[in-house]
Amino acid sequence: MTTLDTDLAPAEPPRLIVFWRRYKRNRAALLGLALFVIVLLMALTAGIVDPGDPLRRAGAPLTPPLTDWATPLGTDQLGRDIFAGIFYGARISLMIGVVATLVAIGIGVLIGALAGYFGGWVDDVLMRVTEAFQTIPNFVLLLTLVAIMGSKIEWITLAIGIVSWTAPARMVRAEFMSLRGREFVDAARNLGVSNASIIFREILPNALPPIVVYASVLMALSILLESALAFLGLGDPNYASWGNMIGQGRSVLRTAAYCAVFPGIAIVLTVLSFSLVGEGLNDALNPRQKK
Amino acid sequence: MSFGLPPVLAYALRRLLQAVPVIILIMVATFLLLKLAPGDTVDALVGDMGGADAAYIARMRAEYGLDQPVWVQLWRYMAKLATFDLGWSFVYEQPVSVVLMDRLGTTLMLMAASLSLAFTLGIALGAIAARKAYSLTDNLISTLGLVFYATPSFFLSLLFIYLFSVKLGWLPVGGIKTIAGFYTGWDHVVDVALHLIMPTAALSLIYLSFYMRLMRATVLEVADLDFVRTARAKGAGEFRLMIHHIMRNALLPVITLLGLQFSTVLGGSVVVETIFTLPGLGQLASQSVVQRDMNTLMGIIFLCSIIVVVVNFLTDVLYARLDSRIELA
Repeated sequence: MTTLDTDLAPAEPPRLIVFWRRYKRNRAALLGLALFVIVLLMALTAGIVDPGDPLRRAGAPLTPPLTDWATPLGTDQLGRDIFAGIFYGARISLMIGVVATLVAIGIGVLIGALAGYFGGWVDDVLMRVTEAFQTIPNFVLLLTLVAIMGSKIEWITLAIGIVSWTAPARMVRAEFMSLRGREFVDAARNLGVSNASIIFREILPNALPPIVVYASVLMALSILLESALAFLGLGDPNYASWGNMIGQGRSVLRTAAYCAVFPGIAIVLTVLSFSLVGEGLNDALNPRQKK
Repeated sequence: MSFGLPPVLAYALRRLLQAVPVIILIMVATFLLLKLAPGDTVDALVGDMGGADAAYIARMRAEYGLDQPVWVQLWRYMAKLATFDLGWSFVYEQPVSVVLMDRLGTTLMLMAASLSLAFTLGIALGAIAARKAYSLTDNLISTLGLVFYATPSFFLSLLFIYLFSVKLGWLPVGGIKTIAGFYTGWDHVVDVALHLIMPTAALSLIYLSFYMRLMRATVLEVADLDFVRTARAKGAGEFRLMIHHIMRNALLPVITLLGLQFSTVLGGSVVVETIFTLPGLGQLASQSVVQRDMNTLMGIIFLCSIIVVVVNFLTDVLYARLDSRIELA
């Protein structure tokens, strides 16, 4: 008889630990994670660091940085505290980054899964729609959507998701096309499992790793899109946003460049953290790609 | 199905036939989407005039056909579009096609300059980084790439303006030419070029970082392949090896990315053109949104879609020229 050699193998360490071991091998990714934790802490403690409305007047207009303890990074031309604006801006950036990414991945997974699983005319139709979305410059589409739906933060987030789903859709479609002919899918089908179950329970979990890595790219892109909108003055005026602070700082660039520079650095470091984390995730989830 | 045409022309014809339904889909969807927006052109015009009585408004709506059902309006618009008639811009009081053609040159110049800069510098730096992989040079180039990637173009634009216009006074702060400069000939070319330096740099750096990172990765991959070792064994010099054997193959994915990203770059020009007050399509797009100039906005989307389709076609042709394994089919 056959010996059960699986009994003899040492117990595998839990997946999370394997994942972390692979992730921490990439030192840049650790730096990215640290930056991300800092931004997250800023978002969480904004209400403690500066209770009250960050858009209120907190001191004399255009107080330079490091001159007044109440406003350590100075104030803008309306006397608003830049330090508080950066903390509250972290909230908006992270929230928009996460929600817009979920929207984009949600639409992308649905369209990509249907196109890749069924193929044929379903695939043709869905791919033409995807091409149409890819053909319109995404920022022009975003402007148009915001013009139609208005500048409320919920709508802006949704609009950013709507202009960003094509890349995840193509990735999911490719994964589904390669996975749909595998034995485990045939086995499930022969057992009478429904299409919906095969798509979401059998194939999707196997198609997820590249999507998880791409999510970090999407978050960075969403934050950049929102800040560009806010910079142009088309963001939600009721929330402190880094892009909006830079846009306001533009008019005092000659005399008080710090108004634009501090929020600009905040955006750069946040986007950087997401791309570094993305590389770490890639190393950890797709170890075979690494040489 | 080739009707005896040369392969490139037959391929162009097929691609055109594929692109038409996509463009029709875009225009129909945009038209219906814009109809959902609160307020139409007449509302915007009446608002500009400071109000008008109801009868006048109704007459204007009837004149522009805005009193008809949406389907009738859509049919009329698409029928006109089929003859490349983009309608009338009520803001500029000119046919939309005239407004667009006025702006197209500036945007194409900005695009061409930005993409050439991003592409050439990107592949050069990427190739250097790969040849000296894991060295100090590589780390420096790769770090620079990450920072470029993370810096939004509008922030970069402001930094450039602060440094080169405000502090150093080297470059003009905006516009496409010196107002009342009346330069002609060569002076005019230099004047326009000076105005384009900062916008080009601001728009291209993020894409430069994309091309650089992709180039580094593919050069590393290709350099390990058998045919490179064979060429080296046959005595090819390292430089020749790089240019003729490695680059030629490593360029393929970068060219694909260039084609795929073209529409994103076109979108990025909205922000850059607005900051540097360049009279191009991007600036026109953001103005049309604010002014509710729907015909112009539709026209921009139509023109941009056509440009993107053409550029994707050209990258495919280039792709097939570079890699003889790929046939245009």
